[in-house]
Formats: sequence, structure tokens, C-alpha cells
Amino acid sequence: MKLDLLMNQIGCTTVLAPSEIPEIQGGYTSDLLSDVMANAEAGDILITVQAHINTIAVCSLVGIPAVIFCSGRPITDDVIAAANEKKVALASTPRNQYIVSGEIYKALSTDNPKT
Amino acid sequence: MSSNLPIDIANSSLVIRELITRLRVCDVMSTDVITAARSDTLRSVQMKMKEKGITGVPISEKGRVFGIISVDDIIQALDEGHITDRVDMHMTKNVVLLEEYLPLSLAVSHFQRYPYGRFPVVNKEGLLAGIISSRDILTKLLLEINREVDRLETLLPASVPQSERHSGFREYTIKKYDLDNGGKATESAKKMCESIGLDSRTCRRIAVIVYELEINLAIHSYGGVISCSYTPECFRIVSRDNGPGIADAGLAATPGYTTANDWVKSLGFGAGMGLPNVKRVADEFHINSARGHGTVVTAAVFLGGGGEQNQ
Repeated sequence: MKLDLLMNQIGCTTVLAPSEIPEIQGGYTSDLLSDVMANAEAGDILITVQAHINTIAVCSLVGIPAVIFCSGRPITDDVIAAANEKKVALASTPRNQYIVSGEIYKALSTDNPKT
Repeated sequence: MSSNLPIDIANSSLVIRELITRLRVCDVMSTDVITAARSDTLRSVQMKMKEKGITGVPISEKGRVFGIISVDDIIQALDEGHITDRVDMHMTKNVVLLEEYLPLSLAVSHFQRYPYGRFPVVNKEGLLAGIISSRDILTKLLLEINREVDRLETLLPASVPQSERHSGFREYTIKKYDLDNGGKATESAKKMCESIGLDSRTCRRIAVIVYELEINLAIHSYGGVISCSYTPECFRIVSRDNGPGIADAGLAATPGYTTANDWVKSLGFGAGMGLPNVKRVADEFHINSARGHGTVVTAAVFLGGGGEQNQ
């Protein structure tokens, strides 16, 4: 599912979107970057509260095209700059990781029953 | 003194010749010139030299250069007892000057032709603009050569396709607590992997290793170095630091064991997953450490046929 459509469905604000809207194939929820590094799949959207530049570095390494920062975590300019450089889309929501994961799971499962 | 500048223009490499032709005297000279007036005493010049740590003082008024006093003149004055005389009685009056827009090669040949350690530099109007010493030239050349070497290194992969190279080596320095640059070494290592045509799964395994080791150096060590090297058979990653060392290296490679502080944990690190992750994806893993000494972690990923044992 395209990121813009997904964000629309779950009602999240896109903070930064690359010119080419990424296709989201799955999701991974974690606040531990080593865990993301080890277990997330390329094409996943990352659901996390870790709003700092190392998160963007990990996304870029793993091939994660988008991150959604939960619980209203503030997104600083250096994070936006890093994400812009690495072409990682950013979204924000006041809801927590549990709720957001559930909504994304539901949206992606409906879109593609294999998920 | 035949020459205090060990540069033989005719026999220098093309890079040096290009540099000393491209650079101008004004790119290299010091513009902060300590001068004295003709009516000053040799004693006051001696004090200036001592205070500023210099060995030559142009005698100049309103930019016009009248002469120069070198440390040899001061020694002679002390020797012969005329240190309280005016400088214009003893200064070298036929001063060899350089013009600021001349190429540096001319300054180099001046140092070879004349027995002087420095030359005052004048602008188009003939007024004092700076001073150039052999040290200024050597420092500038060293900086420029470093830049040139950096540039040549970046050109290297383009001139010899990486995929046709049978081996390679790269090193990254990681500073203590420098998480702002976390992932930079990994990104570079990943590009290295891709450029030699490794499949994405192998690239990912190597990236996990470099990333974990990189973050470990930043959060646990006093700083260290990660080196990546490859042959057709094996990609090897070595992380070395200068301490403080790990009390129980075996325990450190156990999932969930951590000594990270709260700050590190708040950034999503230090969950005791780093070394276990490395161990999990590597085909070969060694750790050598002792409290009070540095730590060396070696991990290897076998390429072509032998790999993926741990997957």
C-alpha cells in the first residue's frame, strides 16, 4: 500500500514525504535500534518513539522507507534533515505504538491479505 | 645553508609541481607580520623575537620595507656589544622581496638560491603584505597534499571497478559518545559491499555487524577504529578500541546482558543485543578483552559458497 493512502486510512500526519511515495509492504514496531537492525524487513514502516537521527541511519541501512513517530514525540530539525537526505518518509501521531501497530496491521491486511 | 626547503622542483612529482605552480605566495604567507621601525633598537627587536618566537623581523614603516633583521644579526650584536644600537645601523638593507601574486614555485626557488630563512612579501604597490618562511610552505604543501590524496582516493574506485578488484580495505574512526555520526561507517561499508557485487542478504549481514560494532565503540569505549577488508573468500570486520575493556567478554556476548547507562538506553541502544547480533550473523566471531585494556572484536562473513552458516 502506498504510504499516503496508509497514512490517510489510519489518520496520521505526514511530516516529510519524498517526491516518490514509497510502497509499504509491512510494519515493524520497536524502540530498540539493534532489534530493528536485526529483524525489520526492507519495505517495512517503522513504528517507534525513538525520534532521533540514529533511527534514520538504521532505516536507511535496512531499507525502511518510512517511520511513524508515536506518542507525539517531537521531531527535531536534524531528524528531518537526515530523513530528507536519506529519502525516508516521516509521520507523526499522538497515539501509542500499540494502537498504531494495530491500525497499520489492519490496513495492510485488508489491502493485501498475505500480510 | 644551501637550502632549507627539501623540494627539488625539477624532480618532484607532478602533483607537487602542479601545486607549487597553482598556489600563489599570498596563499601561503603569514599576513600577521611583526615589524620594527628604523629607529628601534636591536634590543627591542630581540625582545620581539623572543616574545613572538620568530627569527626574522622586517624593518618597515607605513608598509615600506627598509631592511630586515635576522636572529643572526641579534647574536652578532650581542657578541660585539652593540645590542642597544638603532636597527638601521646593522640591518640587511638589500632585502630580497617576493610579490604576493607570484607563483609559489618562485618562492621555493628563492629559498634554494638565497641563504635566508624568510622573505618579506609585498603587494602590487610595493608595500609589505606578509612574510613567508620555509615552514609556511611545508605546512601548506602538507595540507594540500593531504587534500589531494583524499581526492585521489575517491577517484580510485572509478578508475578500477571495485568488482574487478580482488581485495580491499577501509578503516573508520569512531569517537566516544559520538552517536550523531552513528551509522556512517556502516553506510560506507555497505556501499563497499554493494560495489563488489555482494548479494543484498550478505550486505545486510555485514551492515548489522559494522553497525553494532560501531555503536558499541561509541557508547562503551573511549573511541576506536573499525576496519573492513575483503578477499574473494571472506569479508572481515575488526573493531579495536583503547579501553576500558570488558570484564567478562563471554557474558557481554550473551543476549540481554548490558552495562549501558540510561542515556544510551534512552536512545534505543544498550539492550544487550549488540554483540549477540554480531555473533548471530557472522560466520566467525572472536572477542578479546580484559578490564583496563582494549577490546578487539573480529567478525567474518564468508563469501561465495562458504557463507550463511549462521542463517
